Amino acid sequence: MIRLLVVLFLCISVSPALAVNPDEVLADRGLEARARAISAELRCMVCQNQSIDDSNAELAKDLRLLVRERLKNGDSDEAVIAYVVSRYGDFVLLKPRFEVKTLLLWGMPLVLLAVGVMTLFVAARRRRARPVGTPLSDEERAELDKLLRS
Amino acid sequence: MIIELGHYALVLALATAIIQAALPVLGVRRGDRSLMDLASSAAIVSFLLVFFSFAVLTFAYVTSDFSVRNVWENSHSLKPLIYKISGVWGNHEGSMLLWLLILVFFSMLVASFGRNLPDTLKANVLAVQAWISTAFTLFILLTSNPFARLVPAPGEGRDLNPVLQDIGLAIHPPLLYLGYVGFSVCFSFAIAALIEGRIDAAWARWVRPWTLAAWTALTAGIAMGSYWAYYELGWGGWWFWDPVENASFMPWLAGTALLHSALVMEKREALKIWTVLLAILTFSLSLLGTFLVRSGVLTSVHAFATDPTRGVFILAILVLFIGGAFALFALRASHLKAGGLFAPISREGALVLNNLILTTATATVLTGTLYPLVLEALTGDKISVGAPFFNITFGLLMLPLLFAAPFGPLLAWKRGDLAGAGQRLFAATAAGLLVAAVLYYAKNGGPILAPLGIGLGAYLILGAVTDLMLRSGIGKVAGRVAARRLAGLPRSAFGTALAHIGLGVTLIGIVAVTAYETETVVEMKPGMLAEAGGGYTLRFDGMREGRGPNYTADSGHFTVSQGGVKVTEIWSSKRLYSARRMPTTEAGIRTFGLSQLYVSLGDEMGGGGIVVRIWWKPLILCIWGGALVMMTGGIVSLSDRRLRVGTPSRARKAPPLAVGAAE
Repeated sequence: MIRLLVVLFLCISVSPALAVNPDEVLADRGLEARARAISAELRCMVCQNQSIDDSNAELAKDLRLLVRERLKNGDSDEAVIAYVVSRYGDFVLLKPRFEVKTLLLWGMPLVLLAVGVMTLFVAARRRRARPVGTPLSDEERAELDKLLRS
Repeated sequence: MIIELGHYALVLALATAIIQAALPVLGVRRGDRSLMDLASSAAIVSFLLVFFSFAVLTFAYVTSDFSVRNVWENSHSLKPLIYKISGVWGNHEGSMLLWLLILVFFSMLVASFGRNLPDTLKANVLAVQAWISTAFTLFILLTSNPFARLVPAPGEGRDLNPVLQDIGLAIHPPLLYLGYVGFSVCFSFAIAALIEGRIDAAWARWVRPWTLAAWTALTAGIAMGSYWAYYELGWGGWWFWDPVENASFMPWLAGTALLHSALVMEKREALKIWTVLLAILTFSLSLLGTFLVRSGVLTSVHAFATDPTRGVFILAILVLFIGGAFALFALRASHLKAGGLFAPISREGALVLNNLILTTATATVLTGTLYPLVLEALTGDKISVGAPFFNITFGLLMLPLLFAAPFGPLLAWKRGDLAGAGQRLFAATAAGLLVAAVLYYAKNGGPILAPLGIGLGAYLILGAVTDLMLRSGIGKVAGRVAARRLAGLPRSAFGTALAHIGLGVTLIGIVAVTAYETETVVEMKPGMLAEAGGGYTLRFDGMREGRGPNYTADSGHFTVSQGGVKVTEIWSSKRLYSARRMPTTEAGIRTFGLSQLYVSLGDEMGGGGIVVRIWWKPLILCIWGGALVMMTGGIVSLSDRRLRVGTPSRARKAPPLAVGAAE
């Protein structure tokens, strides 16, 4: 029942109609594309893990209109996002910004790769330092010589 | 009466689980065969009891016995039979019972198919399985009893959540749990090995089939869930990096790593400690997933805090098993002697790289999933970690893995020849680049990354085929000889090739859909036309009302044409389920080759118009088709002779070599 919770939540908050409605779409194709890209990175605050681009909750619609309004007024993508964050906080960003409190989040893959590579390196060096197997005894050596000579 | 019997069987199952958890371990300490042998009988009895209990609950659902609270909450007398049955696990209590059933099912399998296992190992493995089942039986009995009665019995049930009334979701949980819980066997083997302080290549050989089986089921479960979300949720997405999805994806990633490291251990006796650790980690992630999904901690930290009984109980189980396992690992891992040596450039080296990347990816998904929870608990700051984060981090991590995958099987054990492998992959690389170039040209430029991604997929597929060709000598020796050699290759070689081919196919699907899908959102009135993408045109013909057993539906009819010629038609509907007054979308989907046209109905506008969303999803079936190929690889590999000679009936007839290896 892995999706049960999400699904329950979706059903509470959305009717089957979805996301961007035709009346919201901007006439300028370039602006609309930018609006879609920005929308995909902004969270619908009342939904479970949905971007405002995917959600049809009222709040998501308001945010979509807001994003388009700002874009029409000539804001850059960054300015639009900064504006939305100033109103709703970091929670609205689906891709958290790189800052002190997200240091571990963004750094984790790199740290782990580095630790892994270092561990392997150390293990390999240690292994190389250790002699491989046990040396042949005198009898074994004699036996081997005999075999090789015949 | 029968309901109480089901409940009672569960209590008896707890008793047998406790016996199975304690006595065999005692038997191993004292060297008492009869106590050790008890484990197998207890495992079989346990399975029969839980099976009976589960059957009783199913019976209650099928007969719509609303005096059982669980049935009343999740069923309806008018529901089709299949959804009455799937309703058993469409809720918390029932799904935990299914979890338990699959756990004891695996114990029973170990008990009956593990006759050639050393007595002490088998007793310990079954005892560890019983520790887990004791904990979960207690959990069900104390916090999530599915057999609770309701007095007086209501006349009608509240129905199952409509989005779950779907064939995909009927079989998704059992498959997923087969995977999730299947890894418990690997866990138990790892713990047993740590207890005994002894581990060898034979151990890896016993563990591998269980890993393969669990991995195959989990692959199927995840793919199924993804396809269900795609057609049922109505906006055409197929993966959302949702915490619940991640909960199932993490054990899959770790399990994939385990599959590869167990290979090294079986063939070369290397990476022993690591493999044991991975086996523990994989099942720990399964437990963590269960906790995340079942405790409600994901929906909101506050919901978890207001009714913490269940959450705290699972958390306790989690801490007990994961903490205990790691403590044991810390104490005993040094007892396991390290084995075979290998140069960095070798098959082992490639598999180590695979493990390094897969575990890092697992940890990245884990961090991303838990980070908002932990940060909020510690500082009160609320942040979101969503799809854009996972796409970039996970995507970047996967790149080197995808490049390296075809190299692995081409490198020799111990010391490989990288340049040689590169040379042998020349054709595959060239073909991949050619695919990318042709695609780039055909699409008149556009983003360069998309053709390269599809080229990478082609390279993966051809690289896997190259491996099979080289092994059988196709192109070098006479066709008949090559065909005979190909047929004589071990099944596991085909398993590897198929799994890698599947990966390539899935990659192609993902890239194609992400880069080339088109979306059209229009308000349509009957008779209107819309460009649907992929060269198809859609005409909206009108709406029709319909009625199902427990819902009413508004369906839109569309005619699909290409170049003015009618090709096919599509129905797309919105349903309203009567009992819960809950709407769902039933998207209209038509398949053209590997691509699909996806039509979803939106809001009704004034004057007979309705908002229609039309997606053209090029090559989307590759995403799940690839998973299917991977699964086939898993099944083919499971049928490998090396694993089959491990079964008791064959072992007696097997040649001395195989017997020697299995000792």
